[in-house]
Amino acid sequence: MTDAITVEKFADAKEFEPKIIGFLCNWCCYGGADMAGLGRMQYPTNIRIIRVMCSGRVDPQFILEAFRRGADGVFIGGCHLGDCHYVEGNYRTQRRIIILKEYLRSMNINPERLRLEWVSASEGEKFTRVVKDFVKVLKELGPFNDSS
Amino acid sequence: MNKEEPQKSDKDEPRIGIYICHCGKNIAGTVDSESVAEYAATLPNVVTAKDYLYTCSEPGQNMIRDDIKELGINRVVVAACTPKMHEQTFRKTISDAGLNPYVLEVANIREQCSWCHMKEKENATEKAKDLVRMAISRSRDLVPLERTTIPVDKSALVIGGGIAGIETALDMADAGLKVYLVERETSIGGKMAQLDKTFPTLDCSACILTPKMVNVSRHPDITLLTYSEVKNVDGYVGNFKVTVERKPRYVIEEACTGCGECSFVCPVRVPNEFDMNRGKRAAIYVPFPQAVPLKFTIDPEHCLYFKNKMCTTCKQLCPKNAVDYDQEPEILDLTVGSIVVASGCDTFDATKIPELGYGRYPNVITNMDFERIVNAGGPTEGHILRPSDNKEPKSVAIIQCVGARDEENELYCCRYGCMAAMKQAYLLKEKLGSDTDVYICYIDLRSFGKGYEEFYRKVRNMGVKFIRGQPSEVLQNPDGSLVFNVYNSNIARHMKITVDIVILTLALTPPKGIDELQRILRISRGADGYFLEAHVKLQPAETHTKGIMLAGTCMAPRDITDTVTHAANAAAKAIDLLAPGEVPIEPITAWVDEDICSGCGICWYICPYAAIKIVDVEGHSSAEVVDALCTGCGTCGAACPSNAITHRHYTSNQIMDMVIAALEG
Ligand SMILES: Cc1cc2nc3c(=O)[nH]c(=O)nc-3n(C[C@H](O)[C@H](O)[C@H](O)COP(=O)(O)OP(=O)(O)OC[C@H]3O[C@@H](n4cnc5c(N)ncnc54)[C@H](O)[C@@H]3O)c2cc1C
Ligand code: FES
Repeated sequence: MTDAITVEKFADAKEFEPKIIGFLCNWCCYGGADMAGLGRMQYPTNIRIIRVMCSGRVDPQFILEAFRRGADGVFIGGCHLGDCHYVEGNYRTQRRIIILKEYLRSMNINPERLRLEWVSASEGEKFTRVVKDFVKVLKELGPFNDSS
Repeated sequence: MNKEEPQKSDKDEPRIGIYICHCGKNIAGTVDSESVAEYAATLPNVVTAKDYLYTCSEPGQNMIRDDIKELGINRVVVAACTPKMHEQTFRKTISDAGLNPYVLEVANIREQCSWCHMKEKENATEKAKDLVRMAISRSRDLVPLERTTIPVDKSALVIGGGIAGIETALDMADAGLKVYLVERETSIGGKMAQLDKTFPTLDCSACILTPKMVNVSRHPDITLLTYSEVKNVDGYVGNFKVTVERKPRYVIEEACTGCGECSFVCPVRVPNEFDMNRGKRAAIYVPFPQAVPLKFTIDPEHCLYFKNKMCTTCKQLCPKNAVDYDQEPEILDLTVGSIVVASGCDTFDATKIPELGYGRYPNVITNMDFERIVNAGGPTEGHILRPSDNKEPKSVAIIQCVGARDEENELYCCRYGCMAAMKQAYLLKEKLGSDTDVYICYIDLRSFGKGYEEFYRKVRNMGVKFIRGQPSEVLQNPDGSLVFNVYNSNIARHMKITVDIVILTLALTPPKGIDELQRILRISRGADGYFLEAHVKLQPAETHTKGIMLAGTCMAPRDITDTVTHAANAAAKAIDLLAPGEVPIEPITAWVDEDICSGCGICWYICPYAAIKIVDVEGHSSAEVVDALCTGCGTCGAACPSNAITHRHYTSNQIMDMVIAALEG
């Protein structure tokens, strides 16, 4: 990416609000998102959350479909490693996401558009922080279609 | 044979009712609920869309029930608070009106929308519309599911034998459950057994605790496993499989009568942990005379037999021949229906704040040291003496919030320290005479409980000096006395105070071993390090894992009154759960379409619950799910290369519906 493009992107970025699909496991990250609300912690409105029982439920097809339909970023939130409600679901998730990022790269999609975070049910603050950061990163990357 | 998967029939044209809650101003203050309802009404299959002040109220629920009956609604979407709050409430509402509870979908527009976007009303309203559209879309694909029940074991495991564990165990056993109480130490009792008196009534701690400890050991339905630890937990509500390791006491419990002959003749004397290392015990010992069970234990670290096989005095003298140097750890496998965690807390390590001098100056002691010193059964037989020279102190200062309300250590209030300090000030005045100077240096005084404020006034009237301010450093004078400067904001003056003893009121902290316990139980902990309750106000004794409860200070620091209340709550929840003899299980399980399954076995390999079997179906192999073992995580569904697995209630179609709907807007 050349500097000129970056500057141009930056000018655009003011208008651009990335669309994020979030898959959050019921037991940890979804609770963390609830905790953020309960604590009235404020973050941008870009994310649309889909509850799944475990981050291990997130089929790569869901993620690819989200990108295909125009998501600028996909967020997966699970329990910290070792804390998965179903013992080891999040280890599966971790492995899948690593492979999927490789795949995205090979498709010329910036793997930073796919973000995996471990957030416990009490970490409202962390949830807020990572969502804010993800929005920031995506704004810098610009819309999915023209930057990939 | 695989159960037939409920399918959405073509006749089942979705007729959706959607209800947008205002939640007073909680939602409507940010999200324009009315315009969300107007928008929802335009979406396909929506028969009615209403906004309502409090949808969870009785009239709100009646509105939904009436619509189901009058408008023939067959899918209900509620856009309100988190489903963790009221999903069950609304499932009940719609099933009362004749619908299957699983045709409900909740859109979270409070915790995940109005509350976290309070300054962005327009964007929040747009987001709420998206969330509603997503929920409606998913609801079209919802299918009725049948709840099944599984039989439960009417028994419970209690982890930790402090006052919380004791109270829970007795309540549950009295209600007819079979209870296993596992305690890590050689005796039950926890911290309460170490206390002298308890605020605010100054009851003798042992006098109110010991009878309960004895009741535990005598109760026919309680199996007491002391000096034991939980090593593994598998299974699920109603059928937890628990592995307990019993450490060797090197004394045969059944034979030991607790006569104490062995301890008397043992040549070893080491500091007694129970007395905060101030008194001495033998290498074969009970921590305190009222220990339950009253069974002796050999501490192999100090016993001469274990060191060099030189001494066997206790073995020779034991009238019951109870000493057995060759004992091995014993593993017990238990099945229980429910688990109550009552693992308590530790006190803050005062050496982490070196300025206060603990560990360096002998006359700086902790409040737990003081409990032992002032106790008639303690190392000084209840005489309050200055540790450096065993003289009676003329002045004592108590420093509050050591490690608590402190950004570098624990942020929270310990919730017992103010009252414990006042209790100790009272005992100082009472035992040493009213001319003894007693100071309490505090940040804020919190005497919130029943009878607490009255106790504060009593202590103040005794002449205890309350100083609002915290000393930054404690120094020692050559004569062993201690001196510190403190800014007393009550009178806006710097004070220099010299005392014989400084007592540190310690924060309570999550206990050692809590990481291990969390790993075994797979339950969450809060940012403060304590175990996390299912709901801070409404489910304080439950966890997010069905069947696992919390009792006492393992969830948050608190005093005995609150610990006992909490413990009784945990017991009641476990009794409620197990009394019917069966528990409903969520039908959110996996299902394999044997016509598509190639029998590759990937799901069999990754299932953490061994809930998948590979079976032979008319000549080809196929995976099959054992419903009772499946916990519904859906990991197999995500891994299946041929899409043969349906994760009920979180089907790929239902999730895709939401993805697509989210990006349509
Ligand atoms: C100095 C001091 C003075 C106090 N004074 C008062 C007072 O006057 N009035 C009052 O109301 N409160 C007072 N308190 C508070 C009171 O001590 C606590 O509220 C109460 O003891 C908490 O009981 P618990 O059962 O939750 O925890 P604990 O007493 O800590 O008991 C927990 C038990 O669980 C065991 N355990 C821990 N982990 C495991 C494991 N993994 N496996 C098996 N067993 C395990 C421990 O060995 C322990 O026996 C005082 C506290 C202190 C420190
Ligand atoms: S339940 Fe949270 S990652 Fe598995």
